[in-house]
Amino acid sequence: MSDQAPGASYAPALETPRSPYRRSKATRTNWELYGWLFMRMSGLALVVLVFGHLFVNLMTGDGIHQVDWGFVAGKWSSPFWQVWDLLMLWLAQLHGTNGVRTVINDYAERDATRFWLKMALYLATTIVIVVGTLVIFTFDPCADPNSMLEICRAAGSTVPTITN
Amino acid sequence: MATSTSATKPVKPGRQKPAGTLYRGREGMWSWVMHRISGVLIFFFLFVHVLDTATVRISPEVYDAVIGQYKNPVMGLGEAGLVGAVVFHALNGIRIILVDFWSGGTKHQRKLFWGVVALWVVLMVPFLVRHLTNVFTH
Ligand code: HEM
Ligand code: HEM
Repeated sequence: MSDQAPGASYAPALETPRSPYRRSKATRTNWELYGWLFMRMSGLALVVLVFGHLFVNLMTGDGIHQVDWGFVAGKWSSPFWQVWDLLMLWLAQLHGTNGVRTVINDYAERDATRFWLKMALYLATTIVIVVGTLVIFTFDPCADPNSMLEICRAAGSTVPTITN
Repeated sequence: MATSTSATKPVKPGRQKPAGTLYRGREGMWSWVMHRISGVLIFFFLFVHVLDTATVRISPEVYDAVIGQYKNPVMGLGEAGLVGAVVFHALNGIRIILVDFWSGGTKHQRKLFWGVVALWVVLMVPFLVRHLTNVFTH
């Protein structure tokens, strides 16, 4: 800024007091507004999804000690928990990504740093959503030959399940 | 002319501390800092969590070994901290939504913050009793 002439006008022009409000035309989309709304809507949904997840996995039965492969098979043999976890996965990851994007924009001052941090963020997001979604849809609750689950005992493994 | 300046309170000598240069907002700033830290923490946990859950697709043995790592006392305390962060972030998120959408929200934002703190305690005490009992007596 040192090359600016002294006395040059830096301040934006003052509007006359009664001039009508003009919406800024600096951007063509309402992207940030939708992001703002999404943070609030997804947040409300996540209260139910995440609290329910924590309650069922940590407060029922033996709490953390009940969690093993068979426990997951029990949950994911039901479309209810598959849909629950799918919604939780997508909403939490997108909400978190948009939140961390704000944090990066706030603290990373160099353009290049900001750019690469956000690329790393979007890469991590893509990996989590793709892997997490595939896991829910390709999981076979009868993969354990000793499974005691209802759906796995009947007529071998030829019974169609939601995952095959 | 005397009435024109009466809006500003007279400064009592000796009662005024220098303001300092560091911004120290009160409840409003601390809730913002804590909301940010808890959000980023949960984000990093979620990344690890989805990858460890993905080992269910390798084999029951591998998944049980991985999830077994979550069952020792040190991790048990970590889980307590994680849940504490999640509960705070969720309650404070609701406070933010109320401040944005409820007409009385900005007026009562300070009371809302202490409401968040109180509800957090109410939810965390029974959670900690149950969870820590599970972790340490097994
Ligand atoms: C210590 C606390 C936690 C434990 C013990 C735990 C345990 C589990 C278990 C056993 C599963 C397998 C499926 C199921 O049970 O529904 C799972 C999946 C999942 N959890 Fe958690 N969880 C915890 C905290 C969280 C938190 C705080 C979040 C959200 C930010 C979360 C998000 C998810 C998601 C999105 C899935 C699905 C993963 C996928 O699609 O592959 N979990 N968790
Ligand atoms: C449990 C229910 C949740 C609620 C009610 C909630 C609510 C909110 C709200 C209202 C905001 C503010 C957005 C803004 O200022 O425009 C926010 C920000 C944020 N949230 Fe959440 N959230 C929840 C869960 C999560 C989860 C699971 C994660 C991580 C995966 C997360 C990560 C973040 C981050 C990183 C921010 C940005 C913080 C900042 O800009 O200072 N939140 N959340």
